[in-house]
Amino acid sequence: MNFKMYEEILKRKNQIIQKAVGIDYSEFEIEGIAFDYERMMKEAAYTLNEIKEIQFETQVGNTPLVELKNLTALVRKSSKHGKGARIFLKDEATNPSGSFKDRRASVSVYHAKMNGYKGVIAATSGNYGAAVASQAAKRGLRSIIVQETFDSDHVGQPEILEKGRACEAYGAEVVQLTVGPELFYYTLKLLEETGYFNASLYTPFGIAGIETLGYEIAEQTKARYGKFPDAVLVTHAGGGNVTGTARGLKLAGALKTKVIGVSVDLRGLHMASDHDFNRKSFTTGHTGFGIPFAAYPDRVDVPRNAARPLRYLDRYVLVTQGEVFFMTEALSQIEGMMRGPAGNTSLTAAISIAREMNEDQIIVVQETEYTGAGKLPSAQLTFAKKMGVTVKNGDPIKEDLPGKVISIPEAVDQVGIIEYPIENIKKSYIKEAIKAYSKKAFSDVEIKFMGEDTNSKTDEVERRLEEVLKDGKA
Amino acid sequence: MAKKGEWVKIHLIVLEPSQRASNLPEETKKVPLEAWINGFLEENGEIGEKVRIRTLSDRTVEGTLVEINPRYTHDFGDPVPELLKIGPLLKKELSKRDEL
Repeated sequence: MNFKMYEEILKRKNQIIQKAVGIDYSEFEIEGIAFDYERMMKEAAYTLNEIKEIQFETQVGNTPLVELKNLTALVRKSSKHGKGARIFLKDEATNPSGSFKDRRASVSVYHAKMNGYKGVIAATSGNYGAAVASQAAKRGLRSIIVQETFDSDHVGQPEILEKGRACEAYGAEVVQLTVGPELFYYTLKLLEETGYFNASLYTPFGIAGIETLGYEIAEQTKARYGKFPDAVLVTHAGGGNVTGTARGLKLAGALKTKVIGVSVDLRGLHMASDHDFNRKSFTTGHTGFGIPFAAYPDRVDVPRNAARPLRYLDRYVLVTQGEVFFMTEALSQIEGMMRGPAGNTSLTAAISIAREMNEDQIIVVQETEYTGAGKLPSAQLTFAKKMGVTVKNGDPIKEDLPGKVISIPEAVDQVGIIEYPIENIKKSYIKEAIKAYSKKAFSDVEIKFMGEDTNSKTDEVERRLEEVLKDGKA
Repeated sequence: MAKKGEWVKIHLIVLEPSQRASNLPEETKKVPLEAWINGFLEENGEIGEKVRIRTLSDRTVEGTLVEINPRYTHDFGDPVPELLKIGPLLKKELSKRDEL
């Protein structure tokens, strides 16, 4: 691809995307930043019952909800009397390709098939690639997965190499790239060349596919324990997991269940840095996606992102890489479940949050993922050491330094959380809106939308706007 | 020499440093955007030669032949001392509970 082609493709971006996802997003536009989110979800995607049927056809969903009794017992030992909620885990690793991403992929691939596309393309370094490849195999479509895999020394992140292998095992063509956001432009080129469906993570299909996960959690806890969960912990990256799960909980009537987002703390590492790329042990579920995608959802490959986590997040907490490795080991050693590690991000936060809650309350950690070569803590930590990262035992929060030090705790009571104020992200949302729309004043319609989009009252949006503009002048 | 029909890996430069996106960190901007793709050779070729492959999605792609029958290089890693101690410690804690 020469430079001219690169610019030409950029110019045709909207046209290529519209053809490749089959949605005319302009239908849902209202004014400026405002668009009709609920109408987009309703008209562009499928109903919950239709999705249940689609997923049943390809063996997605209906995963077990497992009580982690030994872990709960350990938490209670280091909790105040009467504290230590029951911790449950939704074993999403039992989906066909080994993660909740099958839910996302199932609807996109079904839609592609029904609309006559011959194949699907997804740009992802994560489990989503394997999910798309697996669902495409089931529906008889071709698939291409575009991954960011290597640094400029051709050193591959082991977890991404494993996902590449998995994609190939399901019959996908895998394009492995070096670090850089231009991966998106290569994907556009492929979409244009092949005419395949863009199985973007952020279409209404991808998000609606996760609603069944929240719905199942609500139904399973209600049926077995007589009530909805008090809190659901969701590993948060691009926002789809939070959005889909929360919407599913609401559809099931679990209106009081708290939705808590959890990300691995990788603050300080640059996501487009060739140097930093191989000095992180988590390729997803981290702050590098979690914070910017919540603050400005529409930064993605489709004009309007269906993943809008600020609408649903009640709380947002961070955990460190060392803590997640500890919990991955704990899950394996005392609960007999070898999963993760990235999928165990929200499990890690369950320790501190269970300690805050009463013994009769229920926490659901809403995912697990398959593990193995490249993904296991032993694979990741061996690689981290090779890349010059210090791996040690110690205080996992005070001694943690993303890209330099991974500090692994030795006891459950050392596992904590870092509270990340949602108010900060809601303020960033305003800053990003000012930047994206190049204006400092928004109409009443836009303010109302921004309120809905951040689960805030109109006067809160106005206050934040005032504060941001004042900060900008200072 | 690799024969037509063999499973191989090719390498291609997608963007030269001068063609890369603006607003990239310096260390990323100064290197090219490279790609590696696996597929079946469309013609006989030597390592280092330009060849065409047919990929698993049935596309034809041209690039430099870099590996024949490319190996998956990731593994389970070494035993990690910082992790090995966790299981026994947790089990000891749990057994204390049982004694109470």
